[in-house]
Amino acid sequence: MKKGLKNWRLFALLTALLVFLSGCGREEISTLLPAGEVASDQFNMLILSSAVMAFVILVVTIIYVLAIVKFRRSKIGEDVIPEQVEGSAKLEFLWTAIPIVLILIIAVPTVYSTFDLADTSTMDVAAEDGSMTNLTVNVNAMLYWWEFEYPEQGIVTSQELVVPTGERVYFNLLAADVKHSFWIPSIGGKLDANPENVNTFYLTFDKESSELEDGVFYGKCAELCGPSHALMDFKVKTLSPEDFDQWVAAMQEETPPAEETLAQEGEQLFGADGAGCIACHATSGVGKGGVMQGPNVATFGDRNRVAGILEHNEEEVKNWISDPQKYKPGNLMPSPKALNDGKDFTEQELDALAAYLMSLSVEE
Amino acid sequence: MSSIAQKKGFGATVWDYMTTVDHKKIAILYFISGGLFFVIGGIEAMMIRIQLMKAGNDFLSAGLYNEIITMHGTTMIFLASMPLLLAFMNAVMPLQIGARDVAFPFLNSLGFWLFFFGGIFLNLSWFLGGAPDAGWTNYASLAMASEGHGIDFYTLGLTISGFGTLIAGINFLVTIINMRAPGMTYMRMPLFTWTTFVASALILLAFPPLTIGLFFMVFDRLFGANFFDVAMGGNTIIWEHLFWIFGHPEVYILILPAFGIFSEIFAIFSRKRLFGYTALVFATILIGFYGFMVWAHHMFTVGLGPTANAVFALATMIIAVPTGVKIFNWLLTIWGGSISFTTPMLYAIAFIPSFVAGGVTGVMQAMAPLDYQLHDSYFIVAHFHYVIVGGVVLAILAGTHLYWPKMFGTMLNEKLGKVTFWFFLIGFHLTFFIQHFLGLMGMPRRVYTFGTDQGWDAYNLISSVGALFMAIGVIVLVINVILTTIKNERVGNDPWGDGRTLEWAIPSPPPFYNFAQTPLVRGLDSYWIEKMEGNKEGMVYAEPLGDIHMPNGSFIPVVISFGMFVASFGALYHMDGDKAWALPVLIIGLAITFGSMLVRSLKDDLGFHITKEELLRDAKGGNKDGSK
Repeated sequence: MKKGLKNWRLFALLTALLVFLSGCGREEISTLLPAGEVASDQFNMLILSSAVMAFVILVVTIIYVLAIVKFRRSKIGEDVIPEQVEGSAKLEFLWTAIPIVLILIIAVPTVYSTFDLADTSTMDVAAEDGSMTNLTVNVNAMLYWWEFEYPEQGIVTSQELVVPTGERVYFNLLAADVKHSFWIPSIGGKLDANPENVNTFYLTFDKESSELEDGVFYGKCAELCGPSHALMDFKVKTLSPEDFDQWVAAMQEETPPAEETLAQEGEQLFGADGAGCIACHATSGVGKGGVMQGPNVATFGDRNRVAGILEHNEEEVKNWISDPQKYKPGNLMPSPKALNDGKDFTEQELDALAAYLMSLSVEE
Repeated sequence: MSSIAQKKGFGATVWDYMTTVDHKKIAILYFISGGLFFVIGGIEAMMIRIQLMKAGNDFLSAGLYNEIITMHGTTMIFLASMPLLLAFMNAVMPLQIGARDVAFPFLNSLGFWLFFFGGIFLNLSWFLGGAPDAGWTNYASLAMASEGHGIDFYTLGLTISGFGTLIAGINFLVTIINMRAPGMTYMRMPLFTWTTFVASALILLAFPPLTIGLFFMVFDRLFGANFFDVAMGGNTIIWEHLFWIFGHPEVYILILPAFGIFSEIFAIFSRKRLFGYTALVFATILIGFYGFMVWAHHMFTVGLGPTANAVFALATMIIAVPTGVKIFNWLLTIWGGSISFTTPMLYAIAFIPSFVAGGVTGVMQAMAPLDYQLHDSYFIVAHFHYVIVGGVVLAILAGTHLYWPKMFGTMLNEKLGKVTFWFFLIGFHLTFFIQHFLGLMGMPRRVYTFGTDQGWDAYNLISSVGALFMAIGVIVLVINVILTTIKNERVGNDPWGDGRTLEWAIPSPPPFYNFAQTPLVRGLDSYWIEKMEGNKEGMVYAEPLGDIHMPNGSFIPVVISFGMFVASFGALYHMDGDKAWALPVLIIGLAITFGSMLVRSLKDDLGFHITKEELLRDAKGGNKDGSK
């Protein structure tokens, strides 16, 4: 009996939590459920400013409601001429001074935090053995996909950012075409990827993404960049430092050739002698950023989505390859006809390509 | 010229309006065209909300959606809100200061026609290959990459209409400085006149940066310059600075006249003089002044560095102080008054909480680090709609009801007005309040679609339902206008009964020369003073009845503007390279413009005089409807 009651309590608590959580959006993307130090700082500022503003609203509401209840013409009489008050210097002083105090309350953390979040002093600091103390990722934003280069590790990936938890990760942002903006709402605020200069900031990832319902955090482009701006999503996989090192090591290895026959057929078609997909899509994780025209596919089989938006299964891979414009209007991937001597891929060829792409994996 | 009223045919009326230089008729022109663009912008808004009412909707395509959001923003700011406010400024401000007209009646007409042709040119893009699609902010890198002529329609259209607005601003400044009636000192000017004055100063200083930015882009896109071409050493951030150096004061150009309208309403319908008039005036000036020092708060995420971000964050927060002063002074104005809940007053009462909500989220966004999360999310969409709709549009709707009798001589139906009010107010909060949370839940703005897996479905649906309510409100207003016009029950000088300022001292609508005798102003709320002293004549006059010198109407403003309109097509199609007719069209257009300017310069137009006898005849009840 007692145990039952306890369960019931737990259930009630969970339900309440669930209602609360659903009101705050999804853990993968909501700024109200911060999963990193930067987002937490920003969330705290949201709470602080909301509290100050709630006070302001309360004061205004009290005067407002009293005024419109007390001084209705129907109540005080049709022909009353109210006293023509000029004003009051005391009151003017009061409602100038109090807002200034309120503003000071929010100004101090604002200035502190502005400088704190822009602090990149530990960015290029090397440890005794010559390795960098902090991870740096170069982000290249392109119509409509994201490339993530790890310069120290000599690896590059795309569409899915993989980072270790519990440490500062520095980002260098650059746009290859038009302006984009790099935003992972539950990890921290956004910073623009400009075409003319590199922007640098840091984020900290506190939670392993495997704990999330969808297994990844959602990243967004936050600056209008063309028709498919809404579809310029990326995903963030956060791993424990050990798992991350393992992932880096796996990325640095050579990609083994495909094993299954269907996948081998796909590899053939993918390569220079087939449709030539490889001219834009590297299949090896080793390399530099900003070189290839299309996303690196070394981790394709490990990903959470196809093209950042479609469900991760072979059917969607085939749909995407057959008609990229249908799913992301205005993207720069050629149609099959442009690659395959003016013909669409056959069902067999699509199956082979999908099988090959899905076999590309660096995780066990 | 006779001032005796004549029944005119439709063609004659159109011709009359096309050649008029009378500020009251130009106000009506601004009002009708602004209202038309407001409806177009509203239809675009409805299409946006239909597209976003459910996840993965395919009502609009990706590219078309971007065109619609761009045109919605551009239309609502430049072609709806501004002209509608300019309509009230034109209709009311000269009356409030006891002037016969604005300082430059010809320029007033030119300003309108430039705005009108610019707006038409911009909207023709829908039929000529597609509308602009880089957002109303038209950020350079995307705008330069945009195919087709949409962006060129934007840059050229806004250049033309921007000239018009600049001319209007200069005209109002000169009018207020030079044409105030005897006794109308600066500190006796009604608050709507004050806000018109400050907003005009902002127009004068803010539009040139926009014009420069637009010129850069015109030259980049049409003539191969490289101001914004990164590969050639250009810089796209320059556009963002130029745009927002204009863009932030623009917000105050819109909101200050709105504050002015509400200030008038609070005083009239509380039967009480404005509390802290001096403080309100200085708060207006301060807001205008600070407005130029905060533009980079639109650019916190651009990467300007922590020093710039911190400075602009603090500067932005300071604006909350004069704005707060205004709110409290309004509250103390109605406090102790006798509040009559007419339709304009309902809008004014609703404005306070709506605008406070928009204001406090503004201060939250001023916190730069917090803004990294809020920027370009739906939180921002919610914020600026709270400020623009909750401030400016409510003011326009309130002003429409308040000044309708002064502009058209008949009252809008109060019952239907209240129906509009409730639909619009409920719809407005339903649409935009929930968008704060969408933004906090990670929804970026300007997205044409979203997935079912993002958790934004329910809130978006609620928002779309709210938009429907607003649309119903506007439709009821249109019905109200039609019914009122058909009924046409004429009203007297002061139809609200509690008018305080000079515009309520003369007939509705006023005769075309406004005041037969220039009034003498003896204090703030001059008409109220006369009323309280039981002055049977309405006002004390500063001059004996005598001949009045009036300007002639002119068709030249239409021709000058039309020339610019034609030239724009030439410039726009010239970039294609394969259209031989483009260059001649450009030249012909400019020839029309400069030729008509020459005609205006060389031909003496001395105007005409209204004689004392005609004025006396009018006073006996001849001409009351303001026509010549």
